[in-house]
Amino acid sequence: MKKRKCSHPNIQWSMAAVFLLPHMAGVLCFALLPMVQVVVRSFQSAVGGNWVGLKNYLTVWNNDAFRLAVSNTAKFILVCVPVLVGVSLILTVGIQSLPAVSKHIRSIFLMPMAIPAASVVLVWKALFHDNGLLNHALLNMGADTVAWMDSGAAFWMLVISYLWKNLGYTMVLWAAGLSAIPQSCYEAAQVDGATSRQIFFWITLPNLKGTAYILVVLSVLNSFKVFREAWLVAGDYPDQSMYLLQHLYNNWFRELDFDKIAAAGVMCSVVILLLIGMLRRAWDKEDGE
Amino acid sequence: MKTVKKGVVLAALLVLSVLICYPIWFAVTGAFSSQWELEENLSPLFSIGQEMAAWPLLPEAPTLRSLVEVLLDSPGFFSMFWNSVAISAGILLGQLLVDIPAAWALARLPIPGKKAILTAYIVLMLMPFQVMMFPQYLVLDDLHLLDTLWAVILPAVFSTFPVFMLHRFFQAIPQEIIEAARLDGAGEGRIFLWIGLPLGAPGVLSVAILTFLDSWNLIEQPMTYLKTKSLWPLSLFLPEITLPDMGMGFAAALLMLIPALLLFWNCQEYLERGIALSGGKE
Repeated sequence: MKKRKCSHPNIQWSMAAVFLLPHMAGVLCFALLPMVQVVVRSFQSAVGGNWVGLKNYLTVWNNDAFRLAVSNTAKFILVCVPVLVGVSLILTVGIQSLPAVSKHIRSIFLMPMAIPAASVVLVWKALFHDNGLLNHALLNMGADTVAWMDSGAAFWMLVISYLWKNLGYTMVLWAAGLSAIPQSCYEAAQVDGATSRQIFFWITLPNLKGTAYILVVLSVLNSFKVFREAWLVAGDYPDQSMYLLQHLYNNWFRELDFDKIAAAGVMCSVVILLLIGMLRRAWDKEDGE
Repeated sequence: MKTVKKGVVLAALLVLSVLICYPIWFAVTGAFSSQWELEENLSPLFSIGQEMAAWPLLPEAPTLRSLVEVLLDSPGFFSMFWNSVAISAGILLGQLLVDIPAAWALARLPIPGKKAILTAYIVLMLMPFQVMMFPQYLVLDDLHLLDTLWAVILPAVFSTFPVFMLHRFFQAIPQEIIEAARLDGAGEGRIFLWIGLPLGAPGVLSVAILTFLDSWNLIEQPMTYLKTKSLWPLSLFLPEITLPDMGMGFAAALLMLIPALLLFWNCQEYLERGIALSGGKE
């Protein structure tokens, strides 16, 4: 160890600089510096750039569209993440009890992750239209039709496409967490005569706490990507139940309301920073164990 | 008792699998349906009335017509397909050149303030596009890159997610191997080229797959940074399809789907490794 550090530190340092600096320069140029610029702009007026203090923040905070977008995004996260995390755990455990077919079923669940959203946009439209296939099926079953695109049900369309896309990804992470539980834990429990239900609740679940924590945070961050499906299916002005932050940003963007975008962006970053802080703590805990 | 339980689990999983495959099946069969059949089945979507759309499990008269039409006589499709290819290839090449060395440096070379750099990279990697959109727009505007494909490629090349992932893969290479090479007199450049790259290759592949799937599917970035329609990738064009072009729409959607699915089927193992690593476990 010591020898390495003494032998040619200068070569190593210049090497490190050559390797790392191009990327760091890009990150500074395309992310960090402009983010600082946005923070500055969030305290300035859009035209002229006068210092206006917290005025932009107040405008955004009192903006109805912003409140709608934030509450929809929050509602979406609160509904989807627990469902996704819970259902995928049940599925992962279920699949693992069937080793003969587990590989194929896992592939099927993971496949939607590879499907470009645009490739299935026509399918979503045909499924969720008022005269579409889902409603057709509902009619055949003697039920009432649902206005999937123009009512609160639009929100559920988002939920379905989010689950469709993300179940496989989450299951892979659960499987990784499950395989990290030492086999000896299970054996010890079996020797003590525990039933499979007891083993699940007293050994499997507690050992998955770290994975669950990470999964929740990652799923929350991933849920911002559901805008793709919303936009593809419903365009710039969807039903208000699925009006998300990205819609609002795009609309402000078109109207060149850069002061509002800056302030809203800073507010979002703060929330996300908090989430990331939680994720870091989870990771550190994992490493510590 | 146990076999009954297993049977129930299997049945439930099979039903779900069918539901999950259905939209994909729908998209694929659509590409092999004739235009008149699509119009007959889907016209209720475009008119106000009581009639309901239908979709047969298999097209009544399967045909390659739409696919041939898209491939042979629609220059518009080719230019958009090419834009998608150019964006994905540009991002992948850029990441190969810039991100791999950076990841190696963070994993294996002495860097002052390494921990702080990594923390900053993780924070940036987790920021959603909603947060990065306006900052990126300002830079791209300053550099006069807006409305060029570079506006989509460059921010993705300098994203921090691939670097973070690759750094984790490189860290997993045993220190003894590198020490041994050093004792044999190998320089740092050689160690990277002859030990780091070959041993890290599975990791590079995992990250490349994740990058490709993401860049092939980009929507927000081209939508915000590209005004000229001739620069648009396929993903922005497909939502604009109306009934008279349905056949071509489905055919184009299938052609966009094929590269992603082929990659998925052949490299699923690497994809799963990449995902597992993104959760911070290995």
